[in-house]
Amino acid sequence: MAGRGVKQQTMSESTLETETETETETGTESESSSVDPKGGGGLRWLEKLSDVPMGKLPPHLEFQRTHVECKADAPLHTDTIQYSGAYASLGVDNSVRMDSFCDNFRVEVMRLTEDDMEFDMIGIDPALANAFRRILISEVPTMAIERVLIANNTSVVQDEVLAHRLGLIPINVDPRLFEFAGNNTPNEKNTIVFKLHVRRKPNEPSSVKSNELIWSPKGSEFLLASEDSKSADTSSKPRTYTSFTCRQDSLPEFSNNAIKVMENILIAKLGPGQEIELEAHAVKGIGKTHAKWSPVATAWYRMLPEVVLLQEVEDEAAEELKAKCPVGVFDIEDIGKGRKRATVARPRGCTLCRECIRGGQQWEDRVSLRRRKNHFIFNIESTGALPPEVLFTEAVKILEDKCERVIADLS
Amino acid sequence: MEHGSFSDHTKSTFSLTDEDHTLANAVRFSLNQDPRVTFSGYSIPHPSDNKVNIRIQTTGDLAADVLKDACQDLMLMCQHVRSTFDKAVVDFKMSER
Ligand code: SF4
Repeated sequence: MAGRGVKQQTMSESTLETETETETETGTESESSSVDPKGGGGLRWLEKLSDVPMGKLPPHLEFQRTHVECKADAPLHTDTIQYSGAYASLGVDNSVRMDSFCDNFRVEVMRLTEDDMEFDMIGIDPALANAFRRILISEVPTMAIERVLIANNTSVVQDEVLAHRLGLIPINVDPRLFEFAGNNTPNEKNTIVFKLHVRRKPNEPSSVKSNELIWSPKGSEFLLASEDSKSADTSSKPRTYTSFTCRQDSLPEFSNNAIKVMENILIAKLGPGQEIELEAHAVKGIGKTHAKWSPVATAWYRMLPEVVLLQEVEDEAAEELKAKCPVGVFDIEDIGKGRKRATVARPRGCTLCRECIRGGQQWEDRVSLRRRKNHFIFNIESTGALPPEVLFTEAVKILEDKCERVIADLS
Repeated sequence: MEHGSFSDHTKSTFSLTDEDHTLANAVRFSLNQDPRVTFSGYSIPHPSDNKVNIRIQTTGDLAADVLKDACQDLMLMCQHVRSTFDKAVVDFKMSER
């Protein structure tokens, strides 16, 4: 009896009961223990025992569900628990309903420049975050040089190497203004033509940079081989490698917005008297086919790191801890009387190198390194065709289209 | 491309062409969140084949319907992600000024 009384007392303290209840329990111990089991709300103490399902996960399971813990040898609890019935025996529903997803999902932009952005995506499963990343890298279309017609190349760079180098030059044009060419004839809706004609005078060796690629809005100027051989008596326009129906710069989207490639990229070096003359045809494609169509230099995410000090780390240990971290996660604060204490000042910078928990068990006992499983620090570096925020929206749209296609297939 | 038994439509394998981990993993996530699903998983039979097989077993509903709902959910999530993202970008641009 007395033993249970003590238990009730600690329960009420830990769960911050209302004042009156605490009073009855602590004040008249013998009375409360005899009345409670039958009395009105008396069974509530039962529900508060730690192993009774209450629609909430016990703290250690909740921690495993939401965090990866990084130990010195290996990370723990790295899997995401997706199955809706994973905690059914605990009376916890693990399914994500749309409304709870909408309530919890947040985006915070950290940095946004012309070609680079960092943002936090909070409350989303890695399956989705990873889908966006994969789509950004390999499925958002851009324009890139695909066919190179070389009229003359006396440089030391072989034709095929030259063509490959040209292909990798980013083209600063909105790919949404173009169509996929497929097997259609090249026209003003699916092809961009650039000309490159450089010749160095003797005693003037120099580099050829991408600036010298000139947009040719009226299409190809090289005649088709079959046309060349025919007699020139036909009055109709000679056929070239493209069949533009109009000049591209007469289209409203390009009329005062010339198409350019990224500047200052080295294409080749020419010796005295060497020459390159070629035409480069850019078409729309996706990164899955060839990396030159990938709109991002990188798209990557990492989980938000959390660094927690499990004990007070003071004096020399604090100095040592601060010195251990190569990115300066820890700081030192004065706690008076010449004593110092380590604090976690910049956990976001943590690269999880685990340097701070090396050097023996005592360090593992002091510092705990964790990552949040549903908080992603997402980075996008654009190559210049589209700004990074547009790229991300496009990527999400592509995933939507994929779902739509499956639904259409099933119906 | 549903391959299931003729008598029991609550267990099926769906074969999607021209898809890979990108969609399959996302759909598997959304399927797993559905309480009607007892099992779901996917596999890519061969890396040079452009296809992925998604296996679904349910508690009694038609597997095809459950897959359709999963895709629908995924689409709604995407739409929410997009609108939230756009709003965050606009807010950020405003605060920059
Ligand atoms: S894991 Fe590395 S970066 Fe992170 S706090 Fe420890 S020492 Fe610093």
